[in-house]
Amino acid sequence: MKASLRALLLLGSLALGPVTAGAVEPDEILGDATLEARARDLSAHLRCMVCQNESIDDSHAPLARDLRLLVRERLKVGDSDEAIRDYLVRRYGDFILLKPPLKAETLALWGAPLIVLIVGAAAIIANMRRRDANALAPKELSEAEAAKLKSALERDHS
Amino acid sequence: MIVETGHYALVLALALALVNSVLPIWGSLAGDRRLMAVAPPVAIMSFLLIGYSYFALTYAHVTSDFSLLNVVENSHSAKPLIYKISGVWGNHEGSMLLWVLVLALFGAAVAMFSASMPEDLRANTLAVQSWISAAFVLFILLTSNPFARLGAPPAEGNDLNPLLQDPGLAIHPPLLYLGYVGLSITYSFAAAALICGRIDAVFARFVRPWTLAAWICLTLGIAMGSYWAYYTLGWGGFWFWDPVENASLMPWLAATALLHCTSVMEKREALKIWTIFLAILAFSLSLLGTFLVRSGVLTSVHAFATDPMRGVFILLILVLFIGGSLVLFAARAGGLKQGGLFAPISREGAIVVNNLILSTCCATVFVGTLYPLALEAVTGEKISVGAPFFNLTFVPLFVPLFILMPVGQMLAWKRGDLLGVAQRLIYAFGAGLLMAAALAAIHGGPAVSFLLGGLAAYVIVGAFTDIGRRLLGAGASPAAILRRLSGLPRQALGTAFAHAGIGVTLLGLAASGWGVEKITTLRPGDTLDVGPFQLTLRDLAKREGPNYSEIFATTVIRSGGVVAAVVEPSLRSYPTRRSNRTEAGIATLSLGQVYISIGGLEPDGKVDARIFWKPLVSLIWGGALIMAFGGALSLSDMRLRVGVGRRARKPAAPQAAPAE
Repeated sequence: MKASLRALLLLGSLALGPVTAGAVEPDEILGDATLEARARDLSAHLRCMVCQNESIDDSHAPLARDLRLLVRERLKVGDSDEAIRDYLVRRYGDFILLKPPLKAETLALWGAPLIVLIVGAAAIIANMRRRDANALAPKELSEAEAAKLKSALERDHS
Repeated sequence: MIVETGHYALVLALALALVNSVLPIWGSLAGDRRLMAVAPPVAIMSFLLIGYSYFALTYAHVTSDFSLLNVVENSHSAKPLIYKISGVWGNHEGSMLLWVLVLALFGAAVAMFSASMPEDLRANTLAVQSWISAAFVLFILLTSNPFARLGAPPAEGNDLNPLLQDPGLAIHPPLLYLGYVGLSITYSFAAAALICGRIDAVFARFVRPWTLAAWICLTLGIAMGSYWAYYTLGWGGFWFWDPVENASLMPWLAATALLHCTSVMEKREALKIWTIFLAILAFSLSLLGTFLVRSGVLTSVHAFATDPMRGVFILLILVLFIGGSLVLFAARAGGLKQGGLFAPISREGAIVVNNLILSTCCATVFVGTLYPLALEAVTGEKISVGAPFFNLTFVPLFVPLFILMPVGQMLAWKRGDLLGVAQRLIYAFGAGLLMAAALAAIHGGPAVSFLLGGLAAYVIVGAFTDIGRRLLGAGASPAAILRRLSGLPRQALGTAFAHAGIGVTLLGLAASGWGVEKITTLRPGDTLDVGPFQLTLRDLAKREGPNYSEIFATTVIRSGGVVAAVVEPSLRSYPTRRSNRTEAGIATLSLGQVYISIGGLEPDGKVDARIFWKPLVSLIWGGALIMAFGGALSLSDMRLRVGVGRRARKPAAPQAAPAE
């Protein structure tokens, strides 16, 4: 890890396995184009468990290949995408899903963009309101100020 | 011997950094000009010392001095010279040395080019910069010494990771560091401004060029890294939402927001508090990135726990600098008066929305990157946050930002006329619709591709609408247009180019939906169609490189029977590290690219190949180049530089009077 450069940290971890051209190898591809397309889509959302941050579709680790073959086996048998995902989650846990499922533990994760946006917008609006109120609105005189003005005017007249 | 003097120079640099951490600030507090005057020469000397130290390490690498642990671990006598030089920063210790070198470079640059700055602001800026220097030089000396010798030197080194033996390594990290670490100077400016209590348009005018310079480098560095990954990894991806990439994206988002803010603060004295906060935030995110990458915490929380020395040290630096600056910020920001009023619909208002969205993007990347670590640390549960999460959250955030961009560019300061702007953008809207329709007709679905393509056209045309109107307005003749062009402020031109650049990148990204991918096995003589091209594998052969051997596939790309390009994708194996890397064969044809990467040779003389046609893909990086060009135009704006010199002296004089 420390031997590789920051920007290539990810790449560094790849150098371990034997490299093939891409990840999906020609002998894995299914004859049925629709099934294959589903397989690719599924694979892109599944994490290679032994890699840094890659989907099994991108990885050339042997484990990723096994999972790609597994996904295709299940597709051939007629499993739905949902069923395959559930099966893999039962086996490997949520860790395998690159898109974390929405549940109690991930509520803050999925909610974060919206919360930041709303809180930020609210802060800006509140700030603008306060500023406008301070700077633009004609201010009513306070009682003390009114009394002072009155006395000053009276003094001038007398 | 040279190595030892390099080590010694680094120790001296630490001593100087400590001197510069104290004396200038003391001088500014005590009003002693002699103490403040210490800062610039010491900053320059520190840079020279760290530069020498860096040279010494490079010397050891170039001469293959295998008595040095760092050289043994990362070099090989047969390694080409360019990788001996760039290999210096291709490892932890060397890259940290480059880190402090860039830090010192920016300190020295401020010392040399900011003579017109108010004295106390400059002294404090250099002092804060020296604190950062001292912390990181100490980090290197205590935990990551690149000059460690070996008792029994081996005859040969372990070679550099093959993935790093690429021209990309020579360009990408220095650029990235210039950007990443360059943001330190905006941080130092902000901290100094808080210490001096000098937060005004003068501050904005000084901080803006430095932010811009760092932003240009960061933009180019990220784009370069993305292209490097694209052609080295062999599956045609260019952005992986990897934590390491996210670590560089967060400072970029913050720096982009900061750039927009400083222009408001400079011209209208508004948004002061927020600008200062962003200046602190941008570099804090750089520090966070350094921590994430350098501590090993990304691999897993446990890897961090087993060798915690480096991680804990950087964490301490992180807490100290982020915490310290925020405390300073909290203490001073309350006393700041917001200047420059503006209506919600105005240039300022648009920039506020821009900042809101960019900050939300930044927060999203932050949460997405750190959430799995936090969750594992707290509950032990492991989850993954990958590309699907970021794509899903980023697109809805960025689309409104793109829609807003040309509008904001054309709104007037203080109070804008939204309807008038919409009318003037009619050509941009038209271009967007036309583009979307044309793309849909030519390429068809997916819908998101042609819709984003249309958005890109709107952004590009919108970026130049204002300038176009100024040039082609009433009484336009060729001579008048030329005269008007030379009269245009370069900053406005820069903005237009930068905005158009991101539009160009968007067009490249949108086009990825029309890509063609073929995964197949080829035998010499085989031909196949990929998109509009016909590919023929002409030959498979082997050859020897300096420290590797490779199989390469000579492939001819034809378009309608005419040879368009010949490429040689290859698979290299490096015996010393017993590892491989793919070298993609890439031909750029009318802004798109044919991309071929090959796998191992099979016994029957066939080869696995992955072939793509990626229409318009070169625009992704081309757009980044245009953005950087826009930044450079803006940086070269004379008003900016002249203005700095002229206005700096004015407030300096009356300042002294009320202070007594």
